[in-house]
Order: sequence, then structure tokens, then C-alpha cells
Amino acid sequence: MYVSKQKHMHNEHTDEHFQFRIDNGEYIEPRDYMPEAYRKNLIRQISQHAHSEVIGMQPEGNWITRAPSLRSKQILLAKIQDEGGHGLYLYSAAETLGVSRTEMIEQLHAGKAKYSNIFNYPSLNWADIGAIGWLVDGAAIVNQVSLQRTSYGPYSRAMVRICKEESFHQRQGYEIMATMMKGTKDQQAMAQDAMNRWWWPALMMFGPHDTDSPHSKDAMKWKIKRETNDELRQKFIDKTIPQAELIGLTVPDKDLKWNEAAKKYDHGEINWEEFYSVIKGDGPCNKQRLSHHIKYHEDGVWVREAAEAHKLKTNLSVV
Amino acid sequence: MTTKEALYNYSLRMGDNALILGHRLSEWCSKAPIIEEDLALTNVALDMIGRAQAFLKYSAILKNEGQTEDDLAYCRSEKEYHNHLITEQPNGDFAHTIARQLYISIFEYHFFSHLEQSADVEFAAIAAKAVKEVKYHREHAIDWTIRLGDGTAESHKRMQAAINDLWMWTGELFEMDEVDTILLKDGISVDLAPIRDLWKKELDKVLLEAMLVFPEAEYMQSGSRKGIHTENMGHILSEMQYLQRAYPDAKW
Ligand SMILES: [Fe+2]
Ligand SMILES: [Fe+2]
Repeated sequence: MYVSKQKHMHNEHTDEHFQFRIDNGEYIEPRDYMPEAYRKNLIRQISQHAHSEVIGMQPEGNWITRAPSLRSKQILLAKIQDEGGHGLYLYSAAETLGVSRTEMIEQLHAGKAKYSNIFNYPSLNWADIGAIGWLVDGAAIVNQVSLQRTSYGPYSRAMVRICKEESFHQRQGYEIMATMMKGTKDQQAMAQDAMNRWWWPALMMFGPHDTDSPHSKDAMKWKIKRETNDELRQKFIDKTIPQAELIGLTVPDKDLKWNEAAKKYDHGEINWEEFYSVIKGDGPCNKQRLSHHIKYHEDGVWVREAAEAHKLKTNLSVV
Repeated sequence: MTTKEALYNYSLRMGDNALILGHRLSEWCSKAPIIEEDLALTNVALDMIGRAQAFLKYSAILKNEGQTEDDLAYCRSEKEYHNHLITEQPNGDFAHTIARQLYISIFEYHFFSHLEQSADVEFAAIAAKAVKEVKYHREHAIDWTIRLGDGTAESHKRMQAAINDLWMWTGELFEMDEVDTILLKDGISVDLAPIRDLWKKELDKVLLEAMLVFPEAEYMQSGSRKGIHTENMGHILSEMQYLQRAYPDAKW
């Protein structure tokens, strides 16, 4: 889809030309002209995405030392490691837009940059590790597959790498749920309990309805986003319901039913009051997640300073 | 003690060392000074859990009572674990974790390099894999020891404190009992006396480069051979074994 630059060389630093390239399906690269609002919108989205990967390590990390088998411990550790890696790719992608990781972390700590609301919910039993992989990574994949075609080159490429790993996470999470549903009464109850607590927050991951989504219009015009919140949410629901049914889990939505005419599931209304309240800061783990990040970031100051000082001395002695 | 029993004990010890150190390292998840370090420590933890799995699986086969590696990892009581006490020491600050890694990884590098020649094929195979992994663990620990020793006044102070604090747990790494000597005759186990010399020599070099003082304290604490642990162990197990103990009939 790459169209030669020369063709439009005469006016390449204008918003019109930029929109022409977007409409033409071209990828925008770091050195290309882009409107300031596009750059800001991307930094907001990519840094939020990076922070989500990193903050998401906390609820899963909560079960590492209690994972019930050596195999499950390895899978969980490797998964969380992948998420940290995703955070790194994404911080790098955002850095191509002229913002540093340090600045992004400062914005996170100041409450100016967000992370996905889903991680403000607690992981309370082992099945939560299954539910997070299956539902949370499952929802993330739907969003990220769509973002593989996002208009900003570095973001798109990061998404391609990330999607490959996310589908493993989703399968591994589903495997935990399936194993528990085949297990004892206690295990089945844990799995259903996890399903009950994670289902609605997973649906909220796609954001408000299209009609109420403040950043969506520009993001769609610039092809940062390729599909709307509601379209993506529907895709997730349609692919997940049969998986839940297959292992005997009940979806906690009494209004859920198959719509034969539309060939999709109709679902009940999402509790938007809860959604906005958690975004605002009033969720079960908002304070915990952020203060955890701040605490360990601050605990690490002396280590980072030492590494910096040592590097400086080593460089000096080489010269 | 028969050779078979000695083999079982030897394998179990190595499994327990990896299991408990892996547990401690995995506690760093989401708490490291930078994400890169989070990933590096998780990598070491993953190697350890993988190694624990291999040794405990072999232990279960040697015992031949129908147990699995998970039964051994999760269903023993405290006194039945034989990990070196240093592996169960708390992570402390980053310098303490690095000091623990430094002591253990230099030891393990030389230990597994020798166990690679073991007359027991299974030990030799697991050791060959371990040597490759430990090379990275050792490099990681040495790099950080130097960085922290040389970095700032604060990091130097913390690194020296960590080296001193953990020193008393290092004597145990080189202890030998009946298990070791029975297997040594058949060329299965590793003679730890020469390993100690190699370890000291290398440690000396690293500490010198890091401008740290080699610890002089003579007191060494031991106990793991007899299953006598520190107070830490009960807490590690109550966490690690939580699900297995709470739901004994469940399969995970
Ligand atoms: Fe991820
Ligand atoms: Fe993931």
C-alpha cells in the first residue's frame, strides 16, 4: 500500500496531504508530516496501551507464588513476562513520537495518563487467572487485530508482534477455565465466580457506545481506530459466548440471546455508571494499582541512578 | 543408605534449590526497578522452575511410589524440603537479590559444569541444560554487582551490606554428607571441595572489580541437609501450597 512520496512532494507538509495519504491507506512513519492533534491522539492511545500492559502484570502477578502446579506457574510467569515485553514495544513506539518513557511514567503517576480500566478489578481466585487470559486477553485481541491496520507504522508493527502472543494467552486462559469446569464442585464454583466478575468489565474494555465516545471521531478519520467500539464489542461477544457454553459456564446476562435475523447475540445494557465511576478513580483497585507502580518505581530510583553513574564512569574511562 | 536412596535425596535437593529460589525470584514480578529487569528476573525464575520440574520428576521416578513432580513440589511438609537456606532468604532490596544471585550462580556454574560429567545420565542431561542457563544468571549477577558496587555512594553501601548480610548462608553450599559421599564413589555426585576454591577465586575477582570488600565473618549457618529451615520457609510453603492444601482432591 505504499505510494511513492515524490508524487505529492510539492505539498507534503499540509493537513490535506496527510489526510490524502491516510485515505489512500498509507502508513504514517515517524519522520512524516502529521498534524499535532494526530500526534497527541496517538501518544495518548499508545501510552495508555503501554501502561495497560504494565499495570496488567499486577493482578496476574498476584497468583504467581500460589499457582497450583509447576506447569501453570511457568505458563503464568511467561505470560506476565510477555505483557511486560508488550509494554516495552509500545513505549518504544510512543517514543518515536517524541515522548520519553520517563515522561510517560510521570504522566501515569500524576493521573494524567490512563491505563485500561479492567485492571482496576481484583484477581480473587485461581480461576481469575483463567478468566483474565480468556476474557481480558480475548477482548484485547479483538481490539489489537483491528489495530494491526492502524495508520501509524510503528504502532501497527508493534500490534502485529503482540497479537501473535496474545492468542496464546487467550488459549491458555481458556484451558484453565476448561480444566476447572471439569474439576471438583469447588473448582466449578470458582470458575463461575470468576466468569461473573470478569464478564461485564471485559465488555467495558471496548469503551463507551460509539455515540458517547469522545475520541472516536478523529481516531476513525485518521484511521488510528479502524472499527468502532460497538463493532469490536459485538465481535468479542459473538466469539466468546459459544466458548463459554462449550465448557458449561453461564454468562451473567439474563438478556443475552441469539438474534437469528441479525446473526449476532443481543446483550443486556452495560452498567455505564460503574464504568465512569471506575474511570474516575472509584474502583476496587485503582489506588492499589497506581500506588504499587509508584512505590516500586521509587524503590528503584537508587538502582537506576547507580546504573547511570556506572555507565558514565565506564564511558569516561574508555575515552 | 542405599545408592538409590542417595540418588533420590541428591535429586530432591537440587529440585528444592531451584524450586525455592524460583519462588523468591518470581516475587519480583511487577516490582523491579525497570521493566527490562522485571523481565530478566522472571527469566531466571522461569529457568529455576523448569529445572525444579526436571529434578523433581526424576526424584518421583526414583522413589517409584506413583508420585508426580507436583506432588513433591506441593505436598511435602517443611522438614522434607532440603533447599539451601540461602534460597529461602527474602528478596530484600535489589542489592540483596543480586548478592543472593551472585553467590548462587557462581556456585551453580561450577557445580553443574562438573555434574555434567556425572555417571548418572539423567543428572548429566539436566546439568548440561542448567550450565547453559546459569551462564546468563551469573553474567547478570556479576554485571549488576559491579554496576552497584561502582555506581553511587548509596548503591555501593547497599551492595556491600547485601554481600555481608548473605555471607553466613554460603558455607552450606559446600557441605557434604553421606548422600554426597556415597554417590561420589560411583562418579555420580560432585566433590564440593574443589568447587569451593573455584567459587572463592571467582568471587574474589568480582568483588575486587566491584570495589567491594570480601566478607570476613566466620560464622556459617546450616540446616538444610537435616530439613531445618529459617522462619521464612513456613511462609513460602503456606503461600506456594495454598491451593493444593485447601482443595486436596482438585486437579489443576
Ligand atoms: Fe499484552
Ligand atoms: Fe496478553
